Amino acid sequence: MGLEFNTETFRDDFTFRNSPKAIRRFPFPFPEDSYMYSVNMEPHVPGPKGSVFEHMFDVDEHYLSEMRDRALVLKDDPLRCQSLPHMTLAGWDLLELIMEAKARDYPHWFELHKTGNRWTWINRPMEIEQTFTFLDESTLPYGPMEYITRQTQGDFTLQDQRDNTLWIDAGMVTTQADWSLDFDVGMSFNEWHAPVPLAHQMGVFERALKFLLKLQLGAPVRRFNWTMTVDPLLDTSPENYPKWGPSKATLTPDTVGRRQHLRVELQSLHRLPRSNAIAFPIRAYLIRFEELVSVPKWGRRLHRIIRDIHPDLATYKGFIRNRDMMVDYLAQFDDGQPTSPGWWPED
Amino acid sequence: MSVGAPKIAVTVAEVVEVNELIKRFRFVRTGGGVMPTFSGGSHIVVDMDDHGTRRLNPYSLMSDPADPSSYMISVRRDDQGRGGSLYMHRHVTPGLQMQIGHPVNLFPLDLRGRKHLLVAGGIGITPFIAQMAQLAARGERFELHYAARTRSLGAYMDDLQARYGDRVHLYLDDQGQTLDLKTLLAGQPFGTHLYVCGPKPMLNWVLSTAKAMGWPDGAVHSEEFLAPPVGKPFAVELATSGKTITVDGNQSLLEAIEKAGVDAPYLCRGGACGQCETDVLQCDGHLEHNDHWLTPEQKASNRKIMPCVSRFHGQKLVLDR
Amino acid sequence: MSIVVEGTIPSRPRYGKLTLREGSGHLMVADGEGAEAILELVARAGGAAPGVLAHTHIIYMPGPTGTDMSARLQSLGADAFFRANDYATAQPRLKKVFADAKMGLQIYLTGTEGLIGQAQRDAMEAGLPHTAVQTEFRGSSVRRVQCVHCKGITENVRTDPFQCSHCGLNLFVRDHYSRRHAAFQGVNIDAEDPGQVPPAVERFK
Repeated sequence: MGLEFNTETFRDDFTFRNSPKAIRRFPFPFPEDSYMYSVNMEPHVPGPKGSVFEHMFDVDEHYLSEMRDRALVLKDDPLRCQSLPHMTLAGWDLLELIMEAKARDYPHWFELHKTGNRWTWINRPMEIEQTFTFLDESTLPYGPMEYITRQTQGDFTLQDQRDNTLWIDAGMVTTQADWSLDFDVGMSFNEWHAPVPLAHQMGVFERALKFLLKLQLGAPVRRFNWTMTVDPLLDTSPENYPKWGPSKATLTPDTVGRRQHLRVELQSLHRLPRSNAIAFPIRAYLIRFEELVSVPKWGRRLHRIIRDIHPDLATYKGFIRNRDMMVDYLAQFDDGQPTSPGWWPED
Repeated sequence: MSVGAPKIAVTVAEVVEVNELIKRFRFVRTGGGVMPTFSGGSHIVVDMDDHGTRRLNPYSLMSDPADPSSYMISVRRDDQGRGGSLYMHRHVTPGLQMQIGHPVNLFPLDLRGRKHLLVAGGIGITPFIAQMAQLAARGERFELHYAARTRSLGAYMDDLQARYGDRVHLYLDDQGQTLDLKTLLAGQPFGTHLYVCGPKPMLNWVLSTAKAMGWPDGAVHSEEFLAPPVGKPFAVELATSGKTITVDGNQSLLEAIEKAGVDAPYLCRGGACGQCETDVLQCDGHLEHNDHWLTPEQKASNRKIMPCVSRFHGQKLVLDR
Repeated sequence: MSIVVEGTIPSRPRYGKLTLREGSGHLMVADGEGAEAILELVARAGGAAPGVLAHTHIIYMPGPTGTDMSARLQSLGADAFFRANDYATAQPRLKKVFADAKMGLQIYLTGTEGLIGQAQRDAMEAGLPHTAVQTEFRGSSVRRVQCVHCKGITENVRTDPFQCSHCGLNLFVRDHYSRRHAAFQGVNIDAEDPGQVPPAVERFK
């Protein structure tokens, strides 16, 4: 069991590392040499074997360490997990969705047994065995959304559909790229996306919302988002910004390769059955530049992306300060050769 | 094509004559297995092969969402319609294999509601039956006010009274019983949500009364079962597909497009959800808009049409399909 | 018609102009210069005003800049009039009114964003959709700002940046607004370069 999962930290001594296998399956988010926002959604159907979207919810070598880090974040700040009262039913929908998917896709690690509404859930990696009554909150140690997301990698938001828009009425948010669940919970789709520059004028959110309002049962979709982080810190929350903000200023040309991380979010969207809400998992994958450039195509392409990106985007994504240093480092891995379309590493 | 999930193969397990106008149908998965769980207020689109004519009609699910063994719908026979309900009544029998879409909810409960006030007329009772089962299971507050012409035409009245006791209030036209709507609405506490489903005149009466009494729009929800009306046949040119088709008198424009093998998205098939919105490239004649989706300006512009319920008469119609 | 105070991002609240609507009664909550909006609203009712006032409950408090028009509002002769010192003392009464209210009660909020936001928040908690409440901005634009770090709310913020009244961090004021907290968001301005705080500008008066 222990050999399958890393023991590593996402804080303090930052021992997080990607194995060669993790590097090769990393979801590099750029299919071409330049970047601008797009809706870019595709059906969330099973992808190539071994890839991060082979299964509906990907479990990788970082699973146990990420869950430990989540537990620490929640102990320090319980407001990172909130559910407005009417969203409990959606929380049950999410619990069912995750438990059924993991038991199906990773039967050696997860099992789900049902006798009517009496369910037994086994999570071997986390050494959990829990019997409970589905839809009865009093039989679980936490609310259903919190219960299952303490055992699932990635952040989650649950969005209620009303008045021709979506409302972010619940969430477990401990690995976010700098937004506050406590502040945003209860907002509408346009409101919580309000701080994103440029995208509103482009109509990106209008199109995305129109699409999502018609999202149907049994037809989930996925897309990618990305940002940059100094050190493999998952908890880059605004709440803790005074703690991690200063680290940006400590990057040097000698350390940028080791400390600068590309942070990719694999986002998916699922219509939920009983509540008619939408579940929005946001799964963060980290890779440091030194690891990333071991794939030649990625080294070339990332250099070009960061070199040419619109400064407003670099500012909003929080790396404008170190952009030049990043470009200088990456330049040594860009020999100017053409890169193939799509993001798979070439062999 | 409905966007997203594939269709579900079902077998008709049971057909029950509820009264002289209404029949109930129960579907199970062909080959066994459970049906997808759904939220009260959802509908399914039933795919019918009526002796070579393909019809797709939406029907509210009335089964208990917590019971995944089968789906139940009730169909009111409409002798003046296109023929979908007639087909269901006359030709759908136990053992028949059919296809349905995944449940779609365009009439959901607002789960923030402290109390849910349900007002139903006639066949409009169907979505509420599923919703009440869901609300009762979660211990939520609700009240039903259900009007029908006669007791025998009031489908499920006995059953609902037996299940929900004095939360159910019945009004029979032939006994001169009418709902005192103003008194009912005046006494509702903050946080009550109002839902109405039934014939158009009833909908208009309830919605306008609620508005006049100061109920906010966000607390008032309605669903109208709008069937595509019959009309005169007309020709249509589908520019993108390069086809010219004829829409029969008892066929909807959307059904004619589908019959020609051209894909057109849909969700509700009742003029309410906007999914089938189609651009009109040329219109020499008159568009008959029967939907609730387009704005008055859009309808007047002759640039858009909702093919699920709207029609045309005139010289030439060209669509971007 | 929607009046934008400073239109920048979509989450920034927008206010309108009060109009009398049909309903079972009228609840008007105001601070400071919001009293003028109420007086104007009643004046627009013309001959119908006495009938409206017979079903009107007014809750009023002075504004953050000291404006107090209690006397003029009281003289309207509404069915009920209550003067509070501040929102904290108005809140228990307001919550009781919401708890007893029936659907159909019309709600009008006018004055500073802080007053409007807090009353709207309490109406939402009582179960009313937030759009059911009418709002009109009047008077001072000083803001309630929540420090995203310590969660404390600082009242009547005038400058940007400012110092959080709870934890002391230097915060810049965003236009990102939460109805649930009835506050704008404040974020540490010198996190990346501790000590480098731009001079405070008086943005809100």
